[in-house]
Formats: sequence, structure tokens, C-alpha cells
Amino acid sequence: MAVLHSAPKFASNDGVMDALTKALGKMVVECVEAHGEIIITVKRDSIEDALRLLRDEYAYQQLVEIAGVDYPDRAERFEVVYMLLSLTKNHRVMVKVSTDEETPVPTVTTLWPVAGWLEREVFDLYGVTFEGNTDLRRILTDYGFEGHPFRKDFPLTGYTELRYSEEEKRVVYEPVELAQDFRSFDFTSPWEGADYVLPGDEKADVPPVDKPKVTESPKDTGAGKKTEEKSEEGTKADPPAMKDKEDDK
Amino acid sequence: MSGLVKEESPTTGEYEISNYTINFGPQHPAAHGVLRMVMELDGEIIERIDPHVGLLHRGTEKLIEYKTYLQALPYFDRLDYCSPLAQEYSYVLAIEKLLNVEVPERAQYLRVLFAELTRICNHMLNIGAHVMDVGAMTPNLWVFELREDCLNFFERASGARMHSAWFRPGGVHQDVPLKLLTDIGDWVDNRLPKLFGDAMSLVQDNRIFKQRNVDIAVVSKEDAIKWGFSGPMIRAAGIPWDLRKSQPYDVYDRMDFEIPVGTNSDCYDRFMVRCEEVYQSARIIKQCLAEMPEGPIASDNKKVSPPKRGEMKQSMEALIHHFKLYTEGFHVPAGEVYVATESPKGEFGVYLVADGTNKPYRCKIRPTAFSHLQAMDFMSKGHMLPDATAILGAIDVVFGECDR
Repeated sequence: MAVLHSAPKFASNDGVMDALTKALGKMVVECVEAHGEIIITVKRDSIEDALRLLRDEYAYQQLVEIAGVDYPDRAERFEVVYMLLSLTKNHRVMVKVSTDEETPVPTVTTLWPVAGWLEREVFDLYGVTFEGNTDLRRILTDYGFEGHPFRKDFPLTGYTELRYSEEEKRVVYEPVELAQDFRSFDFTSPWEGADYVLPGDEKADVPPVDKPKVTESPKDTGAGKKTEEKSEEGTKADPPAMKDKEDDK
Repeated sequence: MSGLVKEESPTTGEYEISNYTINFGPQHPAAHGVLRMVMELDGEIIERIDPHVGLLHRGTEKLIEYKTYLQALPYFDRLDYCSPLAQEYSYVLAIEKLLNVEVPERAQYLRVLFAELTRICNHMLNIGAHVMDVGAMTPNLWVFELREDCLNFFERASGARMHSAWFRPGGVHQDVPLKLLTDIGDWVDNRLPKLFGDAMSLVQDNRIFKQRNVDIAVVSKEDAIKWGFSGPMIRAAGIPWDLRKSQPYDVYDRMDFEIPVGTNSDCYDRFMVRCEEVYQSARIIKQCLAEMPEGPIASDNKKVSPPKRGEMKQSMEALIHHFKLYTEGFHVPAGEVYVATESPKGEFGVYLVADGTNKPYRCKIRPTAFSHLQAMDFMSKGHMLPDATAILGAIDVVFGECDR
């Protein structure tokens, strides 16, 4: 696909992927190139070795960023993405590992001191732990915060809110109370894969009944002697008064 | 040696002196926002600094996951509120990279022009604040005049002084009037060099200013790389690294400008790098004004950029496009990109994960201040307490962006 956009252009990706996959050897799980980015997924336990190799042999001198991503459907739900930058080759790659809530990821603070805060942030927001990081405190959330807010199952509004209490002369924490629920509009077009459940749709999935209702013989219709008698009795209520059109005049 | 009494060093007798810990911030005028630093001091010498950030954490990245791509754009103005357009830049480029849309030439020039104006605007604030942190009042007031001019230009382009929300995936929101461009040209030619030159003449060779900044927080090239420095911080360390030059975006590859670098990698160098960047930005602005072509200012991809108001009155299709764009928004093909631009403070990156819907699956923002502030501890070690404000001023930290 021809490149039409004008996003930052770094050195060419040609051959880089093959060279790196070959160099990393068995550590690589998957390697893809899409949208002009090279993304290498490596085994969790070998992340430190992989990054050391990239730093020392392939001149990716800077660790720019560590990002956490949450995919709740996966067995190992978290991804930790390391963005590397080579100042000399003018190139970027992304290296990924995946993990779950319990399994720690080996720290890379041994390679770059800057990883300290970046790992703290991923820990704070996603609850991914880093083995070997000696200072794994929360960093962005409030003192005494509980939970990991950027997980997909953490509500956008959170669980507690705080306000200044005039009586107690201090800030108090209370459970979130919203006058109105968070409104999430689904504007997705019904022609493009939106999955709406309209009233009555649930009947479509009901399994067939043993005895379907039919009107093949007169007794199935509910008509007969009993019904006739009932209609003979009539009702006691007066029929609604009919108005002639001429009366309106 | 007879007759001479050896002078004894003063002691505290039987009292033991221990280090003590103080809180710098979170409400301190020199903390540039809500930074709390727990400092361990030996007398007035800093032994250790533990910066506590996150007091301004608003969960921007989480909020973005609940908004369409277009609705998420204004959040970027509110990250680094001193250089709003520079933050939008990374975001719109990330979306454009995923969508692979072409941006018309005029829009590219306009974006470069306003990104550089933002750089000047940001540096005016930082230079002024840095100077004021170390004791000088007047230059700050003078350069704020210039910042005010920049904000007026933003207002004339976008309608808002600070939170412009003017960049769009595929171009910019609205075209600018010719008078605005000529006014910017006049300003860059006359007012900026005069006023800025005047203000800097008070500072750059000032004895007190130099005493406060020269040889403070010297960082070696290796350390600057290891700690993930970027922007003026890495350039002051003598590494000519500028994303506008090395990884050009939009029309930066057509611009002729220099990258100033420092020699000593101290606070003074960082300050001087920024001063020179102002002049280089002015050069870029002049080139943009001279070369900017006429033409459309937004992509002609109707699924990405909205139709003109007049078109909507005539064409049913345009009306539908408008309605869909502002309710459902556009869909971005699945994929992930990391796009970083040279914001005035350094490398500002956006890691965007799209899942094919109209909302970002994940939008990780790479703040410039995170790595710089983390290095605060080793940069300040052994310096005096008042140097901490100079170091902080030279980092150029804004907490909207640091805490997100």
C-alpha cells in the first residue's frame, strides 16, 4: 500500500525484521510488520535478554516508553509494550510480552534506569508486577488507592469520590453516587455489524414447543356450544354511545 | 610551629546532626504545578529527591477509550496546556498513519506553522518561568507579552486562546484568513526579535543568572540516553537529536533550520538551547509563510473530514456524511502505531491501538516530563536546595502532561 500519510518517517524497515528475528532466535514468539511498525513479541522470561541484545548489538539505545494494554478475553490478558529508539540508526521497534494478573515480568531497570517509573506506571494502572524492580510503588493514582484503574473491567467513574467536608474540616472519601448513569451511546451502524437486541428478538431463539397451536379442527378454535352460550348471555355493560355525524352540527 | 594554635573545626558537641527531610510542594510556586518532592537534605545539600507525581492524574487515557477519535482530540490540549497544538499533532498523525490518509499541502504547512508558533509560545513561558525561579522578574513580564501575542494568533485561527482543538485527522479545522498570516509575518519580523532580544539581553550574560545555572545538573551524553531524555534536554547534552530533522513529518523535510546543541549539558545550556530554538522556529515560520500554497485544508476523504456547510445545504450525501461523522465518527482499521513528534518539551508520543471500531482501544500517551523528572534525583544530588528550582525550571515540566 502506498504511503499517503505524513506521519514521522524514520529509517526503512527493509530487512530489519528478518535480521532481528534471526538474532533473537528462540526468544521470538511472533514478529509482524503492519502500518509501518515492526512489532516483535518475545517470551516473557527472555524480555531482559532480548532488550539487552537489541540495545547492545543492534543499537537501540533508548527505551522511550513502556505501555500496558489489557485484553480481557485472552488467557494472558495483559500486554506490556516496550518502545525502543535507535538514535544512530534512526529507527524504532516495539517489543511486546504478555502476562496475566499473577505472573511477574522481569524488570528492565537493569538495562535502563528510566524503566523504573515506566514500570511503576504499568503496575499502578494495570497491576502487572515486575520482578526485580525494587521500587514498585504506585505512581499516578492517589495515596491509598485500591485497584488498577486502566483495566477494562474497572468502571470509568471509579468506585470512590472525594470532597471537602465542612464539618470534618478535611477531605472525605465516599462511594461514587451519580445522578445519572454514564451514558455510552452506541452509534455503530446496524448495517455494519452492530448487534442490537430489539424487543421481541428474544423469541427468535426460543426452542420449538412440543404441541404447536393449530386450528385445523373446529374444537381447536375455541368455538362450540360453550362459547355460543356465553355469547347468548351477552354483557351487562351498555354499548358505547354512537354519535351520528349530524349531531356534531 | 610554636605560637600557632591549630584551629579546630566547629562541632556540635555531643549533639548528633542527622539529615532531615522536607516536602517541596505540592503547593510551591517553583514546583511548576502540583509536584511534591520529598527531599532529604544534609544541611542545604540535597542528598536524595523522591518526586511524587500524579496529583493531577485525570485518567485521560481511560477517558479517551470511551470517546470517538474526534471527541478524544480536545483532551490533548489539556495535557500540556502550555503547548496545546504540539500535543494534538502526535495524535492526529497517529490516526492518519492508521487510516493512511493524505493531508493536503496547505494543511501541512498550516500545521507546521502553528506547531512552531506553539513552540515559541511554550518557550516564552518556560524561559520566563525559569528566569523568575532564579530571581529575575522583569524578563518574565516581557516575554509574556510575546506569549500573549501567540495566544491571540491561536484565537484568531481557532477561536480559543489555549485549548485550540484545531488540528484534525486529515488536516486542520478551518482555514485562516490572509490577514492573520500577514500579521504573523510582521510579528516574526519585527516584534519577536526585538522584544525577545531585549529580554534575553538582560539574562543571557547576567552574572547572577550564570551563577545560578552554569554547572548545575551536568548530565553526560550516556546518562541522557540512558534516562530517556529528549528535546532540549538531550540537545543540551550535546546530542543533535531532533525529531523534526531526523524523522520529519508533514513538511518539516522542506524546512531549513538548525538544531542548537549545548556543550556543557547544564541548566544554562538547556536555557540557551531553548533561546536559540525560538529563533529557529521563527525561521521555520517565515519559510512556511513564504511557501504556503493555496488549496484545501482538510483531506478529501469524506469518511474522515466533514463536508463544508454550503455543501450540506445542497447535497444529501454531504448531510449524511456530516451526521455520521459527528455521531458515530469514523472507523479506524485495526492495528497499532507509535507516533512521536518533537513537542517543545521533547518527544511526545502516542501509542494508539485501534480495533476497527470508532473508538480507540488504547491510547498511551508518552509524556516528555516522565523521564526528565525521574532523573531529578541524580541530577540534583550534591547540589544546594535553591538549585532544585533551577533544575526544575530547566527541565520544563508541566503536570497536565506528566500526570495525564
